[in-house]
Amino acid sequence: MVRKAANTVYTMWLREMLRFWRSKSRIIGSLATPFFFLVFLGPGFSSSYRLPSGEPLDNSFLAPGLIGMAILFSSLMGGVSIIWDKEFGFLKEILIAPVSRFYVALGKAVGGVTTSIIQGILILIIAWLIGIKYNSLPGVVASIGVMFVLGIGFIGLGIALASKIESHEGFQMVMSFLTMPLVLLSGAFFPITHLPGWLKLLVYANPLTYGVEAIRWCLLGNSTIPIIYSLAGITLFAFFMMLLGGKLFDSMEI
Amino acid sequence: MLYAIETEGITKKFDDITAVNNVSISVKPGELFGLLGPNGAGKTTLINMLSTMIEPTGGSARVWDFDVKKDASHVRQNIGMVFQDTTLDDRLTGRENLDLHGRLYDMDSKHRKKRIEEVLSLVELSDRANTIVKTYSGGMTRRLEIARGLMHHPHVLFLDEPTLGLDPQTRNHIWEYIKILNKEEGVTIVLTTHYMEEADHLCHRIAIIDHGEIVALDTPEALKNMLGGDVITLELENPDNIPRLCEIYKKDGCASIVSRKNNDVFITVRDGERQIPHVLELASDAGIPIRSVSLHKPTLDDVFLHFTGRAIRDKEAGETERVGYILRARRK
Repeated sequence: MVRKAANTVYTMWLREMLRFWRSKSRIIGSLATPFFFLVFLGPGFSSSYRLPSGEPLDNSFLAPGLIGMAILFSSLMGGVSIIWDKEFGFLKEILIAPVSRFYVALGKAVGGVTTSIIQGILILIIAWLIGIKYNSLPGVVASIGVMFVLGIGFIGLGIALASKIESHEGFQMVMSFLTMPLVLLSGAFFPITHLPGWLKLLVYANPLTYGVEAIRWCLLGNSTIPIIYSLAGITLFAFFMMLLGGKLFDSMEI
Repeated sequence: MLYAIETEGITKKFDDITAVNNVSISVKPGELFGLLGPNGAGKTTLINMLSTMIEPTGGSARVWDFDVKKDASHVRQNIGMVFQDTTLDDRLTGRENLDLHGRLYDMDSKHRKKRIEEVLSLVELSDRANTIVKTYSGGMTRRLEIARGLMHHPHVLFLDEPTLGLDPQTRNHIWEYIKILNKEEGVTIVLTTHYMEEADHLCHRIAIIDHGEIVALDTPEALKNMLGGDVITLELENPDNIPRLCEIYKKDGCASIVSRKNNDVFITVRDGERQIPHVLELASDAGIPIRSVSLHKPTLDDVFLHFTGRAIRDKEAGETERVGYILRARRK
């Protein structure tokens, strides 16, 4: 029983990996945005703005935010890709197999989160090559753990959305109305210490905020939200999103 | 186990439409069984219920002795399914598609590798196995899909419109594969089609389905025989002779039905080819000159017309579906 479940999860993971490997050019393309942000926006920011602490707002502040953004994009995409599987038929092949739907969703999530983490690590490396100093090696390893939990959360959300959205037209709309606010309201590009009340409310209601804060704490050793709250925030988010995603996927009509 | 598939009054209602109404069929192990009907007749709904893709709203069905409602997982392990539209992952290679399938059906590595080679050679795709599916032609895609359906040694294989949208040459090829795997692998096959020739050429028995109900079920031969036999059409030089000739045939008793239209006399006989000489002899004995003679063997088209009162929308439906198929393929 356990072996069979593990087998299903592994098979779905393997498929995501095979597809990931085939779309190498897309991976490189997805690194372009964070790369340009780091190289062009970083120096622009650091020459114009100061952090409340008096230090310049520079690359090292942006890096955790960009990693968070990459995790958000690729995880949400990973979950939502079920829509493509539905449209191009492969989902039927999975659903007619003698396997549990829940483990199918879980395998899809583990596969998606792997690709997300790979992208996160690549940005980590790029930022390091550009000259960003990380706090400690254990901190870097811990940040990968944070990426994992955050990724699971957004994949769960993606699977939940995909189970409800009929076609990829609807998907386009959801993506633009969901991802931009999530990124801009996450403290990826500005410190969240002195925000006006209404903005603060939105920022603190955004799960990505806790992810970015946790990654920043791990990599740079400073954060506005105490690490323990950040970790609790993303863990709860991941747990409930996976539950919701699994449940909606299970009841999806094909 | 007496039957590979047995349904009792299986029914599927969608809101206010009854897609399948009270269907009871039994398919023997090793049989090649056809569901023939126009689009929207309920064929796909029926096999989707048998393959546990959707739940029936009434009645029951057993596939390989497992109940489709209560024991769906066992049913799934024992069946293979080839859907109407492609369900391959077109970014992966043919081999990878087969491998993933084997894993989903819990085949061990050694067994999987061996079986992949077997099914690939069965559908003659061994040399293209390592190419991305996106580059396959329509016929190759369908062949790979059939190969995949066979990967896990299913006892029953469902084929939903296996040759839809394929050119005649490819269609003949697919037919050969279907026959071979039915014979050599001993797989029970249920296929749906709205192509008469396909049902006639392949199936041991055919169920004609219309508006969600089975209107006739028998071997292709028996179905055609139900129409009373072959029709010999005689064209006469002089129409004045027609009544006299009709009388002769009626008296002789060789024909079951004699009718006329314009210059032609139609006689329905058993075993048409053998009756032609006799029929002509009677005419020449009576000194009635015949201008031409032709023989029409009943086709499934005639059978369909007979049972449903209309011709199957073969050509027209085929065209629109093909366009849909191409559009779907292009969106990739």
